[in-house]
Amino acid sequence: MYKLTKVFIIISLSALGLASTAHAFTGIGRTATEKEISAWDIDVRADFKGIPKGSGSVAQGNLIWDTKCASCHGTFGESMEVFGPIVGGTTKEDMKAGHVLALADGSEPKRSTLMKVSSLSTIWDYINRAMPWNAPKTLTTDEVYAVVAYILNMGDILPSNFVLTEKNIAEVQKTMPNRNGMTKDHGMWKTKGKGDTNNIACMKDCIKKVEFTSVLPDYACDAHGVIAEQNRHFGAVRGEDKLLACDTHPNIEELNTAYNTPYKSDGNGTKLAVSFAMTKPASVAPVITETSGLEMLKQNKCTACHGMAKKIIGPGFADVSAKYKNDPGAEAHLIGVVTNGGSGVWDGTMPPHGHLKAAHIKSMVQSILAISK
Amino acid sequence: MSNELKKPGRIIRAPENFIDASLSQAISKDGLNETRRDFLRKSFVAASAVVAGGAALTKSAMAATFEGDPLILNHTEYDQTLGLPVAANPYGVPSKYETNLVRRESPGLTQVGGASVAFSPLQGLFGIITPSGLHFERHHQGWQDMDPTKHRLMVMGMVKNPKVYTIDDIMRLPSVSRMHFIECGANTATEWGNVAVPTVQYTHGMISCSEFTGVPLSVLLDDCGFDKKNGKFVLAEGADGSGMTRTISMENALDDVIVAYGMNGEMLRPENGYPLRLVVPGVQGVSSVKWLRRIEVGDKPFDAKDEVSHYVDLLPGGMTRQFTSVQESKSVITTPSGGQVLIGKGFYNITGLAWTGRGKIKRVDVSTDGGRTWRTARLETPVLSKALTRFNIDWVWDGSPAILQSRAIDDTGYVQPKINQLRAVRGTKSIYHNNAIQSWRVADFGEVTNVQVN
Repeated sequence: MYKLTKVFIIISLSALGLASTAHAFTGIGRTATEKEISAWDIDVRADFKGIPKGSGSVAQGNLIWDTKCASCHGTFGESMEVFGPIVGGTTKEDMKAGHVLALADGSEPKRSTLMKVSSLSTIWDYINRAMPWNAPKTLTTDEVYAVVAYILNMGDILPSNFVLTEKNIAEVQKTMPNRNGMTKDHGMWKTKGKGDTNNIACMKDCIKKVEFTSVLPDYACDAHGVIAEQNRHFGAVRGEDKLLACDTHPNIEELNTAYNTPYKSDGNGTKLAVSFAMTKPASVAPVITETSGLEMLKQNKCTACHGMAKKIIGPGFADVSAKYKNDPGAEAHLIGVVTNGGSGVWDGTMPPHGHLKAAHIKSMVQSILAISK
Repeated sequence: MSNELKKPGRIIRAPENFIDASLSQAISKDGLNETRRDFLRKSFVAASAVVAGGAALTKSAMAATFEGDPLILNHTEYDQTLGLPVAANPYGVPSKYETNLVRRESPGLTQVGGASVAFSPLQGLFGIITPSGLHFERHHQGWQDMDPTKHRLMVMGMVKNPKVYTIDDIMRLPSVSRMHFIECGANTATEWGNVAVPTVQYTHGMISCSEFTGVPLSVLLDDCGFDKKNGKFVLAEGADGSGMTRTISMENALDDVIVAYGMNGEMLRPENGYPLRLVVPGVQGVSSVKWLRRIEVGDKPFDAKDEVSHYVDLLPGGMTRQFTSVQESKSVITTPSGGQVLIGKGFYNITGLAWTGRGKIKRVDVSTDGGRTWRTARLETPVLSKALTRFNIDWVWDGSPAILQSRAIDDTGYVQPKINQLRAVRGTKSIYHNNAIQSWRVADFGEVTNVQVN
C-alpha cells in the first residue's frame, strides 16, 4: 500500500482542516474543459456507456470494408495474412447458447474475433480508436457503426438489410456467439489471489525417471539465425554456429534412454546418437563496425578548429577536400601534415598530432578527401 | 584500428590441453584457418584416444615448449598508444565488440513490425537491471517519439475535479523511484504446446527490469478527488494510434502503480513510452500503458480490446479467463541456456532470473539432473518486490548429459509449476501466462538445447 496517499490526507486534514486533498499541489495542473473531456473520452464500455449516437448499414459497411479494411483482413474478414481472422468459426447454435463450440472442441485452430469477443462494445470501441491500421481514428461515427454491422453480417449474425444504431446495439449484443464465454473466476486478477497449480518444492528423489516430452522441432532449427551471432564470442559459454541436436535428430526414446542411464566417461554408458567429438569451433567473432573517419574527427576534437564545411580556426574540411581533389599525393601529404604539423598553405599553423594512432589519422584523412569525390 | 582486429581469433572449446602450445599460439595469433581446424580435429581424436587409454598429456611436456602467452609477453596496441579524449562519445555507446546482444524479433511470430515484439537478449545480461536500449519492445500500432512539450495527461471520470497535467506539472510533483519488472503476458507463449524456439531470448525475452521514476497514480487520483466509494476501476489510455486501453483495479491503482517518466536514471526511451507511461508492478506488461494520456475512474471494468479479444486465456472446455493480470512466480536459467555451448568440462556459474507479480522471491532451487534432485541457489541482493531477482549456483560439469532447471518460490509460498501441471489446468491453448519451469538439455558434447520433460 502506498503510504503517501495517507500522508497527504493527514497533512491536508491538519493544515487545512479539510477532508479534501485537492489543494495540496498548488499551481499544478488545471481543470479539464468539457470540450477536452469529450474529445478524449471515447471509450465504450460493455454496457455501451460512452457509445455516441449514430447509425450505419451493412451495405455502407461493405463499401468501407472493401476500400479500407479488406487489404489486411480479406474480402470476407477471413484473412490470416496480416492479422488474425475477424470472421469465421461461429454458428447459429453458438448465437443461441452464447458459447462458441469451436473454442471447446478446437475445430478452428485460428480463433476469429467473432469467436472470441464476448462484448460487441469492444469491437465498436477498437475500430473507433485504432482502425484503419495505418490511419487510426479517421472513421466517422456512422462509418464505425457501418463497419461493425458489416462484420456481423459477414459472421451471419446480422441480415444484409440491417442498420446498426446506438439504440439497437444492446439488442444485437444478446446474439453475440461468445457472450457467455468469459469467466473472471480465477486467482490472477488480484495480487493476493491464489494460483491454480500446486507444485511442491521437493528436493530429493523427486522423480523416478526423466521423461522427455518435446524437443526443438525441425521447423524451428534454423528459423532464428545463427545463434553464435546472438551470444558473446567470449565468456563462460558460446552460441552454437549450428545446432547439432538438429542435425542428429535424437528422438525422444533415445533421449529417455540416454538420460536415464548412468553416464560413463568412456561413452559406453550413453547410446546417444548425438554424442560426437568436440571438433568444431564454438564461437563466431562479432561483426565489428570501425568508427568512421568522420566520427573520429569529432571524437578527436578536430572539429573544435575545423568546421565540416567552413573555416573556424583552421580551414573547413570541405575546403581542404576541394583543394586536393584529383591530387594523387594528397593522402600521404595530409597524413604528414596531421602527424607532424604544417603551415604556409592556409592561414595559421597546424600543430602536430603524432599522438594519434596512425591508422586513425589515415582514416580521418581519407574521409576528408572523400568529401569532394 | 588494424585490420587483424576485425577478425579476433576464434576460441575453441575442447578437452583441456589437447592441442600443443605452438598450435595454440598460432590460433591465438592468426585465428583458425582450415589447415589448423583440420589439425585440431585430428588432435582431438588423438587426445581422446589418450584419455580413453587412461593416460594424459603431462604438464611438464607442455612446459618444455610453452614460454607464455604472446598477449602477455608482448606489448599491445592499447598499452603503447594514446587513447581517445573525454566526451569523444557524448552519449556513451557499448564497445564495438558488443554487437551480438541486441533486441531481436522471432521470425514468423507476427506479420507486421508495428504490432510485434522484439525480445531482450537475456542470455548475455547480468544482474537485474535491463539496459534501457535492450528493454524488450511490444507495440500495438508502432512506436512514436512524442514531443514532451506537447504531451498532456488527463485524469477524469468519477472525480470531483477532472484535470489536465503537462509533463512540467507531472515532474513538479513528489516522485518515487522503484525497480520493477515488466513482463508481457505472452512471454513464453510459444512453449505451451511444445518446444518451439531455440534460445532464452525467444522463450523468455519479453521481460525486462528497470528503475522507474514518476508520480504514484494515487497522488494524481487524490489530486483530482476521485470517488473513493464508487470508483472501483481506472482505465489507462495511450496517445499512440492504438489508443491502448487497459482496466486497472482501484486496489492496484492505489497500491503501487506509477505514472513514470524516468527509466534507469534518464527519461523513458521512445520505444518504452516517452515521455510518460504507466507502470503497473507485477501485472502483465500490456497494463503498463505507454505514451499515457488519459486516466478515467469508473465503477466497472472497461472491456477493452486487449482484455476481451487478446490477453485472455482460453481453457479446456471453451471458457476464457478474463483479466488474468498477475504474472505469477517464474524463473529461468539464462546461462547456460538454449543454443549455447559449454567450452569445456569443469566449473560453471549457473545464473538466472526469478520474479513474481505477487511480491518477493523467497527461494530459487536449481536441478542439473532433470528434476530428480534440487539444490537451493544464492539470491543476489537486492531482492525487491515485483522486480527481477538474480540467482547463482555453482556447478561442476563432469561432461555427462544434464538437464538444467530452476524453480522459483515466492513469499506467498507458491511454487513455480511444471509445464505438465500447468497444462493439466489450462490446456495448451491459453497463450498467456506460461510460467512453467524451463528445461535446458546439456548434451555430453556441451551443447545446450531447449527441451520439455516431465
